[in-house]
Amino acid sequence: MSAKHVVTTLALAGAMSTALATLAAAGPLTKAEADAAVAAKKEKCFGVALKGQNDCAAGPGTTCQGTSTVDFQGNAWKFVQGGTCTSIDLPGGKKGSLKPV
Amino acid sequence: MRRDADLGFAAAFAPPLLDPAREVPTAVAGRNGKPAGRRYDVYRNNVTVSLIETLAAIYPAVQRITGPDFFRAMARFHVRSSPPASPLLFEYGHDFPDFIAGYEHAQDMPWLADVARIERAWLDAYHAADALTLAPMRLFAIAPERLGDLVLAPHPATRIVRSPYAAVTIFAANRDSAPVARIDASTPEDALITRAEFDVVVRHLPPGGAVFAASLMSGQPLGAAAMAAFDASPEFDIAANIAGLIEAGAFTSLAAGDA
Repeated sequence: MSAKHVVTTLALAGAMSTALATLAAAGPLTKAEADAAVAAKKEKCFGVALKGQNDCAAGPGTTCQGTSTVDFQGNAWKFVQGGTCTSIDLPGGKKGSLKPV
Repeated sequence: MRRDADLGFAAAFAPPLLDPAREVPTAVAGRNGKPAGRRYDVYRNNVTVSLIETLAAIYPAVQRITGPDFFRAMARFHVRSSPPASPLLFEYGHDFPDFIAGYEHAQDMPWLADVARIERAWLDAYHAADALTLAPMRLFAIAPERLGDLVLAPHPATRIVRSPYAAVTIFAANRDSAPVARIDASTPEDALITRAEFDVVVRHLPPGGAVFAASLMSGQPLGAAAMAAFDASPEFDIAANIAGLIEAGAFTSLAAGDA
């Protein structure tokens, strides 16, 4: 493949000043700006994929959870994928399926 | 003495909780020594269901992708093979992504384990220690000839998850309740997970970004990390990656080289 890249002091210094200029210029994105950036496919470059949604997000054991469902035996073998997996394609033949096993 | 007796009871009481095929412990009996299997099943159910719900709470996107029936069946197998090692439920399920990767009925969703890894990293970032993030001002002061030796200290919440699939897109689409549009899973994606203040944020990393960030987090100096990133991807953009990592709050301070 490629030969070992040499990152010179000059290149690093230039990159750092560009980075700092970027940081100084960029105010925090509003939600609308972030959405627009995502829509414009700029999300590949450090775009926010998902942020926030912290309400009640501390995870299990931090809230009172009922355990009324009777679900310890699992005799009904349920291997049918029933969620959003059918929207997810993997070219090359494989894809989320609804196949019962 | 009393404590030994209690432990002896627990040692007999606990193992069949996660294995319905095992006999109800003989110590569990009703009046006049009548077997009390149904009463014991209440405990079996509570332990199993609460651990399945624990996994559903940590891995909501995985559950949305597979549907709840499939998820609960998969989670039940995992709960039985990997009981909790800590009383803190939010620490449960660290090995669930590896379990998913090997789960026979999930083999046609090879991206599912990586989506789970992002969800686990999300909760770990949420519970990580608070720390101030590195202010860009600190970097202004560094002489150019010292930049190559600069070492940065990672923020306790910062995580990287690399995937040969579009795990970040799949994760983000399924952490929401909005309908999921068609997703091409074949694009490799790397995730940066940070929590600068109170909100966990998941970002896509650009080409070479994961190698760069991981090198810096492991204590490599800036020059070496940039070289490793160029070797990983000729498209690597040093300036964009430095700015992106600082803005995300991935680091707390300069660990060395800040004369």
